[in-house]
Amino acid sequence: MSYMARPRPVTEPFAQARESLAERLGFAHFDWPLALAAVGLLAFSALTLGQATSHDIPGNPHYYLNRQIIYGILGIVGMLLLTRIDYSRFRELRVGIYTFLCVSVSLVFVFGFAARGSRRAFELPFFSFQPSELGKLLLVLALAGFVIDGARRGSPIQRTVRYLCLGLAPAALVFLQPDLGTSLVFVVATLAVMYFGGVPWTHFAVIGAALVTLIALVLVVAPAVGHPILKGYQEERLTSFVHPNSDPGGAGYQQSQSKVAIGAGQLTGRGSQATQTRLNFVPERQTDFIFAVIGERYGFAGAAFVLSLYALLFWRALRITTLSKNSYGTLVAGGIAVSLLFQVFVNVGMNLGIMPITGIPLPLMSYGGSSVLATFLAVGVLQSINIQARLSQKDRFAW
Amino acid sequence: MFLRNNDLPRGPRLTLRLAVLGGIAVTLFAVLFFRLWSLQVIDGSHYLAEAQNNRTREYTVLAPRGEILARNGEPIVQNRTSLALLLNTSKLPADEAEATAELTKLGSLAHMSLKRVREVIAEQEKVAAGAPVTLRRDVGYQLIYYLEENKRRFPGVSVERVFVRAYPDGSEAAHVIGTVGEVTEEQLKEKRYSQLEPGEEVGQSGAEYAYDKYLRGKPGVTRVQVNAMGLPTPGGQLVQEAPTPGSDLVLTINPALQKAGEAALAERGLPGAFISMNIHTGEILAMGSNPTYEPKVFTEPMTQAQVNELFRDPVLAPLADRVTESAYPTGSTYKIMTALAALENGVITPSTTIVDNGYIERATQKFENAGGTAYGALSLVRALEVSSDVFMYELGGRMWDKNYLQEWSHKMGIGDPTGLDIPGESEGLVPSQKWRDELFENGETERPWSEGDNIQLATGQGDLQTTPLQMAIAYAALGNDGTIVTPHVGKEIRDAAGRVLKEFEFQARRKVKIDPASRQAIMEGLHGAAQGPEGTASAVFGGFPVPIAGKTGTAERPGHADQSWWIGLAPYPDPNIVTAVTIEEGGFGAESAAPAALKILEAYFHKQASEVSTVGGAE
Repeated sequence: MSYMARPRPVTEPFAQARESLAERLGFAHFDWPLALAAVGLLAFSALTLGQATSHDIPGNPHYYLNRQIIYGILGIVGMLLLTRIDYSRFRELRVGIYTFLCVSVSLVFVFGFAARGSRRAFELPFFSFQPSELGKLLLVLALAGFVIDGARRGSPIQRTVRYLCLGLAPAALVFLQPDLGTSLVFVVATLAVMYFGGVPWTHFAVIGAALVTLIALVLVVAPAVGHPILKGYQEERLTSFVHPNSDPGGAGYQQSQSKVAIGAGQLTGRGSQATQTRLNFVPERQTDFIFAVIGERYGFAGAAFVLSLYALLFWRALRITTLSKNSYGTLVAGGIAVSLLFQVFVNVGMNLGIMPITGIPLPLMSYGGSSVLATFLAVGVLQSINIQARLSQKDRFAW
Repeated sequence: MFLRNNDLPRGPRLTLRLAVLGGIAVTLFAVLFFRLWSLQVIDGSHYLAEAQNNRTREYTVLAPRGEILARNGEPIVQNRTSLALLLNTSKLPADEAEATAELTKLGSLAHMSLKRVREVIAEQEKVAAGAPVTLRRDVGYQLIYYLEENKRRFPGVSVERVFVRAYPDGSEAAHVIGTVGEVTEEQLKEKRYSQLEPGEEVGQSGAEYAYDKYLRGKPGVTRVQVNAMGLPTPGGQLVQEAPTPGSDLVLTINPALQKAGEAALAERGLPGAFISMNIHTGEILAMGSNPTYEPKVFTEPMTQAQVNELFRDPVLAPLADRVTESAYPTGSTYKIMTALAALENGVITPSTTIVDNGYIERATQKFENAGGTAYGALSLVRALEVSSDVFMYELGGRMWDKNYLQEWSHKMGIGDPTGLDIPGESEGLVPSQKWRDELFENGETERPWSEGDNIQLATGQGDLQTTPLQMAIAYAALGNDGTIVTPHVGKEIRDAAGRVLKEFEFQARRKVKIDPASRQAIMEGLHGAAQGPEGTASAVFGGFPVPIAGKTGTAERPGHADQSWWIGLAPYPDPNIVTAVTIEEGGFGAESAAPAALKILEAYFHKQASEVSTVGGAE
């Protein structure tokens, strides 16, 4: 099908002008549902933060709202910029990206500032930058490149081990910060890229078995023999969701309060009468537990709407894996899609009391510049894959 | 650029992997949606209730009890606010040693030993487990400031403003007003306390008990919205049910009479009692018992010495109200009952004369006048004036198997509860043939009823047991033509602004038909006894400008010195008030009881008695 051969009524000169403008701005092959889902989630985040955190910083009722909007705008600009770049270039830059990833998450140990006992972020003039958030995207971009590049080298087992090592090295660095939640996202992103990279099912079965053994070792055997690997609070958080009422004042407290908050929202929410999340019963309500705020203020209607936006986001991302013009795009889109799904499920599940507390933010909803920016950039990469796919179906454009 | 690697999934292989992933994603989203639905829609109301409960704390706001006023509005019991040191034991450190350290420190600040602190906690937890324990009341502001500044070091400690009973006149009318105390575990099970929460104060005796439902206020509740730290949030006062203060109780007590009576008893320094009552209404104008106590001691922790003095002294027993709780023989004051029984049953007429030789003999017993005096031929009036025992012995003897004296005693209110509005009165005992014969049959006494028993009763001796209150009722009935009034101290209930909410009405219990001629003769005799030329108490009342009618009594109590009595009606011949005084071991009636009664009458009539030289006969 020829682009130029498309019949166009001459009586509509403005239609032609509009299309060419959209084309020039890079919107011509934009995946609108994906963009709308992302921006809609940010907007909902801004709404929630604006209403729920107005008393948090004395004298500055819009502290979180303003900042989240600025992060969002920066993220959207970043996303638009990425749509204009052919993502395939990242494949060529894989070694550089991977090196940057490992160095940046390591630098935190040297320059990072400690927040509640862990070093995760750099203090920048405007906000504190958390490299591991951007690292989720960087890992997917680099690892997909390595998978494509090494697809014909070595036996399948060697390849699997190589991918695992490449993925788990930065995951381990993040784990040591310590940031258990983000390191788990790294692991999942690694597995996702491998999954789309064609690692055999049997290997996944072995990896799965190894993971179960590892979890058993970490949670049961290691503490039993006196060499705990997880920090006390980490282990407590991971296990307390199984028996939340054993110590409602302790680690199970956050979760039982979060459940009460969400449940109290009922069908239509409590609006400004929301007390659980307004009066600090639910901690970290602007970040990890923002879904509890949504549940309490806007009820099932609001919470289900948010979940639907995530479902839309995931569906569009998954769809882009099939459209990609090359395998690299498929791998990248798959990695991004799965890591988003994982973060959403773990965070919302944690809010709902069915997943352990791991400190994973809710993408685009939780307050935080690094997370918002990184997620929008990931969406930008998805858009780029989509646009390149559309363009490749036509006469290919050189950008 | 195209990749041609076959290992990479393309086409159907990719589709399979996508389908698996899509399936997983659908499952995960479904889990989240169902969980959300179950929390918010299925169990939503439960969580909403939990959230509401979470954010509110209820504070009980104590209501002050009503004041107790004398009939002229003078306060007898008031309230003052006091700061109480409370401890919420559930917030003590979990560590045993730390908790002990905190309790020790707290104790030393409140001047209590660790042992005492633990005792107080144990006592109050028994009554109301879980509620904050009041460690001490009336703590000073210095301590409050110290605790505020060091809040973190004393978890669970708080200070509350409480109302404490205050008694502006110390022990005034202590037995009438009674005491308050925290509602006990047993009391909470009673119906009258069904609305109460542990820790609330209720009247435990006297008018405080009897009129508790009026005096007791209704505590208010302040529901405050708190944050996760338990601290009140701005604008978070949700509901305020203001406490309803208790209503004020106005007593029938006349403070002038009350003070006069108390002073007169205190002057003697002997255990005793007095009562002064309106004979038409039953309003008790003054009522007191010696030794007395300060109700204030019940509002603060007691020392062991105080406990011993109040509760463990069976002889002085300061808490006992001797007007209503102690039953005694009454001596000659009882003679009006003998006279009434004889006159009304036709045993004698007012003009019947009996020769008094100073003694009578019955079987093996000889009954003598006090001092062995012989008065010669006597009519009833003169027999009462000089208090001839022989005259009454004769009557007692004549009626010994007739039960007349017992019937009339009961008619006049002796030996039965009077229906007094405050609790604790004794029933008393009028010995009768039936009573003693039953005891004898059961082997509880060595002899059956005899003439001697009735002879003794005729002069208020022997097995007779009656209270000053019952005697006052009987004299009142004589004075008011046979109305048996219901004695009471409660007059009306007022709100804080002084409006009368309720006036108490105490209906007379019954009307006894007394022949006016009989009444006339007895009243005349009593007047003579008080103020006549030969009256037994004329030395006391002769100089009193108001004519009165009254009788002395000297009761013999086994194991005790003679008990002094005086009971009288004033003014004569149409009396308004009855006054009864008894002083244990006070000797002759004219010796101690009558002078004390005079003080009360002087206060009532605002008139002083002049010195008199006329000395009446000894009793």
